[in-house]
Amino acid sequence: MFDRDRWREIFEAIGKNKLRTFLSGFTVALGILIFTILLGLGNGLLNSFLSSFVDDAQNVMFIRSGNTSKAYKGFQENRKIQFKNEDFEFIKNNYIGKVEFATPRIYRDGLAKYKKESGSYGIRAVHPDHQYLEKTIMMNGRYINEADLKERTKNIVIGRLVEKDLFKNESVLGKMLNIDGIQYKIVGVFQDSGGDNEERLIYMPYTTVQLLFGNNDYLDQINLSYNMTMSTEKAIAFSKQIEKDLKERFRVAPDDQSAIRVYSLAEDIKETMVVLRGIYLIIFVIGIGTLISGVIGIGNIMTFSVKERTKELGIRKALGASPGSIIAMVLQESVLITAIAGYMGLLVGILVLKLIGNSLKEFFILNPKVDTGVIIVATMILIFFGLLAGYIPARRAAKIKPIIALRDE
Amino acid sequence: MIEIKDLHKSYKMGSNSLHVLKGINFSVKEGELVAIMGSSGSGKSTLLNILGMLDEADSGTYFLDNVPIKGLNETKAAKYRNKFLGFVFQSFNLINYKTALENVALPLYYQRKNRKERAEKAMDYLSKVGLAEWATHLPSELSGGQKQRVAIARALAADPKVLLADEPTGALDSKTSYEVMDIIQTINDEGKTILVVTHEPDIADMCKRIVHLKDGVIVEDKPVKQIRASQYV
Ligand SMILES: Nc1ncnc2c1ncn2[C@@H]1O[C@H](COP(=O)(O)OP(=O)(O)OP(=O)(O)O)[C@@H](O)[C@H]1O
Ligand SMILES: [Mg+2]
Repeated sequence: MFDRDRWREIFEAIGKNKLRTFLSGFTVALGILIFTILLGLGNGLLNSFLSSFVDDAQNVMFIRSGNTSKAYKGFQENRKIQFKNEDFEFIKNNYIGKVEFATPRIYRDGLAKYKKESGSYGIRAVHPDHQYLEKTIMMNGRYINEADLKERTKNIVIGRLVEKDLFKNESVLGKMLNIDGIQYKIVGVFQDSGGDNEERLIYMPYTTVQLLFGNNDYLDQINLSYNMTMSTEKAIAFSKQIEKDLKERFRVAPDDQSAIRVYSLAEDIKETMVVLRGIYLIIFVIGIGTLISGVIGIGNIMTFSVKERTKELGIRKALGASPGSIIAMVLQESVLITAIAGYMGLLVGILVLKLIGNSLKEFFILNPKVDTGVIIVATMILIFFGLLAGYIPARRAAKIKPIIALRDE
Repeated sequence: MIEIKDLHKSYKMGSNSLHVLKGINFSVKEGELVAIMGSSGSGKSTLLNILGMLDEADSGTYFLDNVPIKGLNETKAAKYRNKFLGFVFQSFNLINYKTALENVALPLYYQRKNRKERAEKAMDYLSKVGLAEWATHLPSELSGGQKQRVAIARALAADPKVLLADEPTGALDSKTSYEVMDIIQTINDEGKTILVVTHEPDIADMCKRIVHLKDGVIVEDKPVKQIRASQYV
């Protein structure tokens, strides 16, 4: 297989039989080209479908509290359920291996002032894990960290639009921002794909807020993300489990809908998955179909090629070519052509997808792209089946008796 | 060099079979130049193909250079062909996309000689048949006589023990035929064993021995006084 001389012999045969090479190469290139484009468009469809979910991590649960709607175990109805730090710790520590990230949230508003500019912004007091749950992307500086929590620092992280509103073009890292009369130090600027509102927020450590406003350990909400390896069904069961545990913890009636609510994206995702699976199936069927037709194409071309070369192969055998070397020659040629042509089809396909870009947005095709890995695997499959398809004619060629091949027509 | 005894060969054609060779006994010593003659269909090519291991006999024994040739698998046969035998065909059978030089070098490729050695040897043999200047030409750019000379050079390139030529001059006019025979005689003078199938008595007379085939048996086997082709060239 790695005999240089043999490859040279094959390169020569390929180079000097341009029509045959072109025909077989063209079939393969076209197959891979179509495969690439279809797969890319399919992925584009998938992307536009997924874009409605990309704001937050998809494995997130929100836990909120309210007032009880029922009397239960000696407690009156309409009792306010208040989450505290210990409840956050409970969530964090009670489900080891299932909870990936967890953060509390305390919501506030504040009037922020810098020099002559001012604006009112939403404030979220959080744990560092919040960054991963919200998929917050840092543009500058850093996010809230553990040290901030521990020391209850007045460090804040502001959204891209807060920076734009108040600071114009000044650099903000290390600057002090006045919010409702208290000076905070800006340690980072973030962006978020969730839209303008998400970028007009200010994050600070939840421990700081608890210290500054009421000196308590109250929390408004707890968010967590569950382990991605969990199936959707398991995730839904997990959210039910948390709800049940918390209801017991706060002595809330199991069927009380308003006191404690665990909201999981998993339920949405379950429906989404059905559609996704449908799209994947279509892509898969199309892909396999294209590959199969590519394989049949190669098989035909190889049969044709061997037939055309019957005489040549007979001559080679008369001159001492063994059947094995004939098979190897035919197969290597087919593999070489398949690989090179497949690669060219891939390049053209990627180029076409690039040209399409987002121009088909109104047809729900967003950023059509293919995973190079998938294409490489597809090419390998094509080469493998090309080998298989080439093997039958190659073996027939090797079996031809030289006299039959050499007989004058 | 060649030793055959009681060789039989039939071709099956549907239900009936055609008995082509009906007990051939025949031997050729090293350095001989033998013409095989006979009417069309008498079995000349069949005999030559069996001698060339391109086809197999039904029964009988065949020794080539004291090696028994029987029941060889394809790979082994290919190896023997490459080592022992050189072929020249009526229709040249050059590979059309290879140059004269590349065609001549091909048997050496199957002998796993390196590239440089192949090119050098091939060039030597091309010079020997007087075609050094045509080395880079494709067969389509050569005349019939030139093609046959390339084919002879190719048959010689692997330095075989026996050269088998099936009507090497069949597609050539008489002048080019003599040129080809001149080369064959020269090679024979150097000691190569050669068998030539031919229809033409003047070509046969340029050999040293004539074997006549008729209806699948040898009816005549006689030495002849060789006529040198060079006098006609
Ligand atoms: N593969 C085959 N299958 C069936 N019959 C065959 C085959 N090869 C040859 N024959 C028959 O065997 C007989 C001898 O053929 P062969 O080619 O040996 O004759 P030849 O003496 O070389 O004739 P020519 O001078 O025309 O070349 C012929 O009748 C031919 O038709
Ligand atoms: Mg014949």
